[in-house]
Amino acid sequence: MIGIKLPVSEEEIRKLKAGDEISITGVMITARDAAHKYLVETGGEDVKDLLRDSMIYHCGPVVKKEGDKYSFVAAGPTTSIREEPYEGPVIAKYGVRGVIGKGGMGPDTLKACAEHGCVYLSAVGGLATTLARSVVEVLDVHKLEEFGVPEAMWVIRVENFPAVVTMDSHGRSVHDEIEKLSRKKYEELLEK
Amino acid sequence: MDRGRLEESLFDLIRRASTSLPPDVVAAMRRGIAAEGEGASAGTSLELMLENAKQAREGTTPICQDTGALLFFVEYGPDFRQKEIEEAARAATVRATEEYILRPNAVDPVTGANSGNNLGPGSPDFHFNQRDEEGLRVRLLLKGGGSENVGAQYKLPDGRLKAGRDLEGVRKCIIDTVYNAQGKGCAPGVVGVCAGGNRGSSFGWSKEQLLRDLGDTNPDPVLAELENTLMEELNGLGIGPSGFGGKTTVLGVKIGKQHRLPACFFVSVSYTCWAYRKAFMSVQGGEVTYDWD
Ligand code: SF4
Repeated sequence: MIGIKLPVSEEEIRKLKAGDEISITGVMITARDAAHKYLVETGGEDVKDLLRDSMIYHCGPVVKKEGDKYSFVAAGPTTSIREEPYEGPVIAKYGVRGVIGKGGMGPDTLKACAEHGCVYLSAVGGLATTLARSVVEVLDVHKLEEFGVPEAMWVIRVENFPAVVTMDSHGRSVHDEIEKLSRKKYEELLEK
Repeated sequence: MDRGRLEESLFDLIRRASTSLPPDVVAAMRRGIAAEGEGASAGTSLELMLENAKQAREGTTPICQDTGALLFFVEYGPDFRQKEIEEAARAATVRATEEYILRPNAVDPVTGANSGNNLGPGSPDFHFNQRDEEGLRVRLLLKGGGSENVGAQYKLPDGRLKAGRDLEGVRKCIIDTVYNAQGKGCAPGVVGVCAGGNRGSSFGWSKEQLLRDLGDTNPDPVLAELENTLMEELNGLGIGPSGFGGKTTVLGVKIGKQHRLPACFFVSVSYTCWAYRKAFMSVQGGEVTYDWD
């Protein structure tokens, strides 16, 4: 397990290889569909400094509010591929060093990771409770009114957040490799 | 049994399903960890899943934030009324949503509005059967959206798969579904299959296969053998937990059959993720029991 502290340097991110298991500590921000569209097409001024050298988490959490304090109750990853048209530009524009989600992303994101020094990390799908517990503090929220709870950009502090590098900054994607590998087996089984 | 107690017991059934992973699933995941071997990252993923399930059970929080669609399979004797059971189950569903046991998951496809309490046409999904003996048996499945999306229905023969109208053709359809699912249905999954039936009944029966115990043996020896062969073949695909690679791609293969029309041969494959949430209860002489804790 490799420990990564946020903010993180490009140099450190470039050392990571597809398949590495890592544990993240620091401040990151959640973003789903509405947030990605916003980051690319309109503003982003409000979160620009937060995103530099930090990470984006594809997550629509269940959030509890007590007084004026928020906390995450359930916070597993959501399917990342929906953000494929936006992720490359987001990585380029904001200097994001990591994108966390589930299911992997496409060639444009892989290319942006190589060009700008970023990685895609997979969190285990369905780990709602465990991942919510590694979110130790909700620091702030952007666009809550406009986007609603699951789509808002939550600024969170995580401790020992577990993830696996599945797309690195050297053009390797575990998702493509597994698909190719299983394709071979699949064809053999159909021929049998 | 009075209405209040029935509702309370059904609420408890929903709570159990959403927050505790059944023992047969836990056992199958432990077998997966052993198969992956010491230090394998696929094994680590499975361990994280089990740890998450443990925390969910202790804290009475949902195992996954997508608490899925509710499918109630009910058998009731002459001492129960269908309408009463249905009303009690609806009330229990609303309460479970209010208490964060369920996420509001019923969306009107036309207006896009979420009903907010998991009620709506087709939600929950009820399957009733009357029986002669007194008492009540309720089996509940909570089926998540990501894994429901990777299910598929085939019409044999299928040219793309070179699948004919026989058991070999059925086998190919199942392999195709699991290959296409990759990690998207949160592998390792369990596949419930129906060979035959009409389009509607076939999918229904494939879901009922998911009520079987993962450790059971199909009473039909031909299907039992196919299940065993497929377990091995599918785990050989190398997709692994979450699709990161590994030897544990499926935790179970359960195949049922229904008679078909001479002109039709459907194969329906329902896929459930590792967050395989089910809970069963029985009522006999006013006493409520659950099949496991
Ligand atoms: S597929 Fe299952 S484990 Fe994955 S997000 Fe959906 S309900 Fe959760």
